[in-house]
Amino acid sequence: MLDAVTAGAPAAAAVDKPLLAVENLQAWYGESHVLHGITFDVREGEVVTLLGRNGAGKTTTLKSIMGIIGKRSGSIRFGGEEIVRTSSDRIARKGIAICPEERGIFSSLDVRENLMLPPVVRSGGLSLDQIFTLFPNLRERLNSQGTKLSGGEQQMLAIARILRTGARFLMLDEPTEGLAPVIIQQIGHTIARLKKEGFTILLVEQNFRFASTVADRFYIVEHGKVIDGFSNSELQSNMDKLHAYLGV
Amino acid sequence: MQALYAQLLVGLINGSFYALLSLGLAVIFGMLNIINFAHGALYMMGAFVAYFLLEYAGIGYWWALLLAPLAVGAFGMILERTMLQWLSGLDHLYGLLLTFGMALVIQGLFQNYFGSSGLPYAIPDQLRGGVNLGFMFLPIYRGWVVIFSLVICLLTWYLIERTRLGAYLRAATENPTLVRAFGINVPRMITLTYGLGVGLAALAGVLSAPINQVRPLMGADLIIVVFAVVVIGGMGSIMGSIITGFALGIVEGLTKYFYPEASNTVVFVLMVLVLLVKPTGLTGRAN
Repeated sequence: MLDAVTAGAPAAAAVDKPLLAVENLQAWYGESHVLHGITFDVREGEVVTLLGRNGAGKTTTLKSIMGIIGKRSGSIRFGGEEIVRTSSDRIARKGIAICPEERGIFSSLDVRENLMLPPVVRSGGLSLDQIFTLFPNLRERLNSQGTKLSGGEQQMLAIARILRTGARFLMLDEPTEGLAPVIIQQIGHTIARLKKEGFTILLVEQNFRFASTVADRFYIVEHGKVIDGFSNSELQSNMDKLHAYLGV
Repeated sequence: MQALYAQLLVGLINGSFYALLSLGLAVIFGMLNIINFAHGALYMMGAFVAYFLLEYAGIGYWWALLLAPLAVGAFGMILERTMLQWLSGLDHLYGLLLTFGMALVIQGLFQNYFGSSGLPYAIPDQLRGGVNLGFMFLPIYRGWVVIFSLVICLLTWYLIERTRLGAYLRAATENPTLVRAFGINVPRMITLTYGLGVGLAALAGVLSAPINQVRPLMGADLIIVVFAVVVIGGMGSIMGSIITGFALGIVEGLTKYFYPEASNTVVFVLMVLVLLVKPTGLTGRAN
């Protein structure tokens, strides 16, 4: 699963080589050592989910990939390029975008400004019309203050704004947290649509049931390490193990 | 009545300087979280740059309006890159001490070379003289200062509240980490923001040069009142600092007419009252 990327491999092989390869990633919040060697990879076009209990290090892993965590070591290769020491604005320019757990909607910006905020980093992003097809609610709320939206609408806005940028690798941190089932369903459809259009998605989820409907593969994170991983087809045979890991 | 209008005009002019300076302070505070005590010294530098341009290069007022803010803004950006940036994440007190120290050094250096007395700076030919408005005589230069300041304040407001660049600025004020993670070079934006705030102070300095002369301590005298204005208006709001700046200038002017003894203290009395009733200032957000 962790095959080294062969430099200069022909484009036809791109399907199989990992778009993101994380190896022995360690990270610190100030003095406290949070990630103790995370290793996993994501191939182009996949939806991969990190599962694990609260505080296992899933969110920190996403933040480390994005370059938001101050101190990190190990290796993060994106498209074959080492980014573990790159600043977050440069990482974003390489085509990685994050939808943070707290959603990060700006209260001093209206919905339109929130939506238009992330700069376009490359071509191939969704047009506004395509975004409004996915999230029709947003069109009607364009002039509202960002934080006046409902929780579900804020989540849609947080996802929508990174679809515009042309980033093809999206990291979604618990997109279903605290949302009504009908909205969770809408977000599930959205992820499936994005996958069909070739986006690569790294998902962090507590809601295992939701994750199992959208993900191709799963990794289990515990105490700052990846301790197991399996594909969606191996899910049934791993159910007992999974229950033990997640304590559900 | 003539005297009342005259004091109102003085109030409006002071209000223009208050507005330009407190606007810069608000922008800097929002983005850098620093209370810029060097603001008065940089305002003074703006006036001095205009003076130098005229004395040593023969470059007049109109170019000075553009060049002095650019020069002092660039100087401010050097201060930010070499010193202020290291204070991000620390307590307000550090920024306050550093900028206060910078103000003392800058003012000390200018005093050393130019003494404490004022250097003359002439009103440009195009703005000399005055017009009789019927109810009062309006010196053209003073009218110009009020209108030009108002236009600059409104342009700054528009830039911050209505443009894409301003949206970056507001967003980065709220959550710089996330804005950076969207691909925006936030550290560079912070440097430019400090340059913008400082440039506004320098612009006020140039405007003030023909009225108040060019003196090393011209900023030190003014900045105390400006801080009171900022406290009253609330640090967070752009429009708030503009309106409070002009309004307090007018209040001061009116006080000079009706009860001159209180004219130097009225702003501080208001500050105390506002702090008692609404500690975040009139337009400030709790934080």
